[in-house]
Amino acid sequence: MPLTAIAFETERPATSRPAVAQQQPIATLANVTKRYGATTALDGLSLALHPGEIVALLGPNGAGKSTAVRLLLGLISASTGAASVFGSDPRNPATRSRTGAMLQVARLPETLRVREHLDLFRSYYPHPLPVQEIVRIAQLDGIHNRFFSQLSGGQKQRVLFGLALCGDPDLIVLDEPTVGMDIEARRGLWQQIRSLANQGKTVLLTTHYLEEADALAHRIIVINEGRIVSEGTPSEIKSRGAGRKISCRTDLDIEYLRTLPSVTSVERNRDAVVVTAGNAEDVVREMLLQDAALSDLEIASPALEDAFLALTSTR
Amino acid sequence: MSTASLIHPVAPATNFAHSLRIYSKETKYEFFKLLRAKSFSLAVIGFPVMLYIIFGLVNRHAQEGKVHVAKYILGGYACFGLVGAALFGIGVGLASERTAGWLELKRASPMPPMAYLFAKCITAVAFGIIIVSVLITLAVTMGGVSLSAGELVRMLGMTIVGAIAFASMGLLLALVVPANAASGIINLIYLPMSFMSGLWVPIQFLPHWLQRIAPALPTYHLAQLMQNIFGYADAASMASHWTGLAGFTILMLGASWLIFHRSQQSA
Repeated sequence: MPLTAIAFETERPATSRPAVAQQQPIATLANVTKRYGATTALDGLSLALHPGEIVALLGPNGAGKSTAVRLLLGLISASTGAASVFGSDPRNPATRSRTGAMLQVARLPETLRVREHLDLFRSYYPHPLPVQEIVRIAQLDGIHNRFFSQLSGGQKQRVLFGLALCGDPDLIVLDEPTVGMDIEARRGLWQQIRSLANQGKTVLLTTHYLEEADALAHRIIVINEGRIVSEGTPSEIKSRGAGRKISCRTDLDIEYLRTLPSVTSVERNRDAVVVTAGNAEDVVREMLLQDAALSDLEIASPALEDAFLALTSTR
Repeated sequence: MSTASLIHPVAPATNFAHSLRIYSKETKYEFFKLLRAKSFSLAVIGFPVMLYIIFGLVNRHAQEGKVHVAKYILGGYACFGLVGAALFGIGVGLASERTAGWLELKRASPMPPMAYLFAKCITAVAFGIIIVSVLITLAVTMGGVSLSAGELVRMLGMTIVGAIAFASMGLLLALVVPANAASGIINLIYLPMSFMSGLWVPIQFLPHWLQRIAPALPTYHLAQLMQNIFGYADAASMASHWTGLAGFTILMLGASWLIFHRSQQSA
């Protein structure tokens, strides 16, 4: 399917997830363990990617994100368990023809021009995307004729993104795609990634930017120490991690508030009391019943960052 | 897009025309990449040419018995130049592409791995031919060297053979040396090896103990095969030099294969 529909892309809330869960996954890691000598990079990890979804792999450094990516790309093999893409081995050339990858590459050959890099990479694929399409999607206009050495950090990332699109892939794997990009370029890339997913293409990305996972992904997989810690939509992850924060003025006793179900902490912040609870609705209902004079009520979702820290630090 | 089109793998497009296009593009861009990298192209072409001007052209009238010194030195620097192009082009080039992650991105693509090695090897041959052609032009026009058409063709043929043999050594070095040390380590091997094999100074003028080490060096066998074109080789049989060069190439390729497979298994 050509990428011609991108011009009509409109901003779409990340939570309007396509009905993909019922479909067959196009790529899976099944109970994969990967050891390097004594260290275990992945420990019985399973994941499945469905057509048209954007999945973010989130985790601290050394969590196993890159190992998972490299297994799906057939660059390394699993110690136990299996990686499968389009129903076959990721190392299969036919599988590789339908997969596009953007890895953390320190340097491309610097004495080749952007268009020459694209020309070479397109030649690897049986049905490459037209050059002008790649240039438009990866926003390479104006730098098309430059040598790689003449590009800024963000432009280099865009060239790498362009290379990932060369084969008109159905599965696109992006390892830290927006490193070195300014905010505007980053948002531009997000928009392009969303429109790729709208065309039924599957995107797996790893990222350090929680904001990126939050804004872009239909589903976030949080991994730490080679295992899945949590998995769900960005809002599910947020509520699971640290609970929501209830802030209000109340005369209720702090010790009493601590005894309410699902409350994890209670703090006094000047005049207000801040209650953190997994099940905020029930706690608020109870508090309103107990204190008719309760005022200045606010309920805030935690930032994804808080959830993420809570999820990955408990181990 | 239907689910069916996502699940069924496409037939591998391994038709001949497609492969040919990959191999030719890979080779073309490998060549231009190195030609435009001035630090590479100026050094590997300029170094032997400059040395030949200094040591070869001054000997335009010198004669040692039946040996025309400028012609003998042409053979030596031809070997020196083509070996340098193969070792630096592949050794440094591949090591840095491996370390930078560029090779990994290519491996994730459907590029046939042989296309990558083929391009590097042919580019080494091309640089070898450029260097040897420049040296021959200098020797004939300014060095008073006369070459028959047969000698010219055989020199270029030996350049191709030599470039392929030393491409295998470049490959092995690229797999074992760290990228940031590659050019230093290669110089430490390349320069003494060239000297001890008689590429700079005719081997007869070297100390006897060095002459005895020379047969252990692949550059010595290459140089003798090159000098044999002019009838300048030493007493050993050409068969022993062919064996030496072929054995060296097989050893390098075998070691590379072993190291590559070991790294694949631990990956």
